[in-house]
Amino acid sequence: MYSEKVMDHFQHPRNVGEIENASGVGTVGNAKCGDIMRMYLDINDNGIIQDCKFKTFGCGAAVATSSMATELVKGKTIQEALQVTNKAVMEALDGLPPVKVHCSLLAEEAIHAALWDYAEKHGIKIEGLVKPKSDIHEGEEEEEEEY
Amino acid sequence: MIYLDNAATTKTAPQVVEAMLPYFSEIYGNPSSVYELAQNAKSAVTQAREDIASVIGARAQDIYFTAGGTEADNWAIKAAYEAYKSKGNHIITTKIEHHAVLHTCEYLEKTQGAKVTYLDVDENGLVRPEDLEAAITPETILISIMFANNEIGTIEPIAEIGRIAKEHGILFHTDAVQAFGQVPIQVDEMNIDMLSSSAHKINGPKGIGFLYIRKGVKIRSFIHGGAQERKRRAGTENVPGIVGYGCAAKLAAETMQERTAKEIDLRDYLIGRILKEIPYVRLNGDPKRRLPNNVNVSFQFIEGESLLIMLDMEGICASSGSACTSGSLDPSHVLLAIGLPHEIAHGSLRMTLSAENTKEEMDLVVEKLKEIVEKLRSMSPLYEDFMKKQKK
Repeated sequence: MYSEKVMDHFQHPRNVGEIENASGVGTVGNAKCGDIMRMYLDINDNGIIQDCKFKTFGCGAAVATSSMATELVKGKTIQEALQVTNKAVMEALDGLPPVKVHCSLLAEEAIHAALWDYAEKHGIKIEGLVKPKSDIHEGEEEEEEEY
Repeated sequence: MIYLDNAATTKTAPQVVEAMLPYFSEIYGNPSSVYELAQNAKSAVTQAREDIASVIGARAQDIYFTAGGTEADNWAIKAAYEAYKSKGNHIITTKIEHHAVLHTCEYLEKTQGAKVTYLDVDENGLVRPEDLEAAITPETILISIMFANNEIGTIEPIAEIGRIAKEHGILFHTDAVQAFGQVPIQVDEMNIDMLSSSAHKINGPKGIGFLYIRKGVKIRSFIHGGAQERKRRAGTENVPGIVGYGCAAKLAAETMQERTAKEIDLRDYLIGRILKEIPYVRLNGDPKRRLPNNVNVSFQFIEGESLLIMLDMEGICASSGSACTSGSLDPSHVLLAIGLPHEIAHGSLRMTLSAENTKEEMDLVVEKLKEIVEKLRSMSPLYEDFMKKQKK
């Protein structure tokens, strides 16, 4: 059901992990729907994304789109990163099954959420960036149950 | 390959295939015809019907072959509603039924004016008989409660439900697709009026099932046409399928005790190791009153589809209650009904064993699960947050 590229990125996800003291962090999605993506950006003084890492709770497509999104924004300027749309992520992965298209939307949103966080932290305004809807820190945090 | 998805379907037993083969190529006659070739096919159907009936203590003429469990469920519920709606319009079922029952009930609600009560279950998936009793109204014409749940393996108190139905004079149907041939069933002792079953869950062929209809239940034909199945289910009999089903049912009954004892050993060994060796995991379903071959566990902080793909890459076939395997956003209705929060339900894994599995396979599965769960957790933002909270 998945393309070879999706399977490759799922099996060998690029840039998994965290960035300590990241310039911007965004978390989107919610556990209810079964997908949560967190994107970490390290942006230098010239506005270049030097490093990008992710963590994802979700299906194979969610992992693959997060992985591809990090690859696509790494080394880019903020404005270039804003051009990384869900379509671009999907194309780079040779497509997704129709029921998984929302995963690519989530990847796009994760980038935007991390950029938004960066802009807020640095008191700047990024042209063309709107506040992402589904940053889970906006909602109430669900208590985790333990077993 | 390690196949752990026997609740989805089973391998057709070699004896079953062998029994079926002549009915494709040599004894291909239509059982309704008069000549010997046809009569030989007819007697094979009769034999299979008897073999199946004896497994559940039923009369052979009360077994009606269908194209599978889904058709049997549809027939039982829609036709019973039609036959008894002059007495009332209320059906009682549960929240954890298979979609073949749930969607049929929803259809009757939407189009036929049925009122349906979907009973809650307890945290292990058991129906509480007192809830059933309380839900009965003078309008209640049908109770449909599954024998055993396909996802979490919980075996319902069917004899007690049957007793309650009988006391109130209400028709009782049970979807026994997962239970037939796996646990002892006696339709008379348990007061079951209708029972659905499917061959491919017990090493029989796909595309054949039956509905048991107790004598005196007034439901009519659902598929109209010829006079087959005592005029209650038209269409030329699927002779090879029926022969295969008969063979599989006989085999399942003969081997039940020994086979399920072995499955229970493997099941409890696998459950025991998983619960002991992997942190933040829970068993879904009743620990004791469960199908001999069912293991259903939820791993916190990870999502089921990722887990399944990684297991598949290790040659392990299993299934999940994850939404992502079904293409919807909501995880399994059964896991939600037993009270699991969404994120836990998303991380569930069902492994349904067969007696052909070995302890060595279970060991390998546990080792692979440990690796995969650890890998997925290392990628999970939920796990990251949880660990940070723990440190504080």
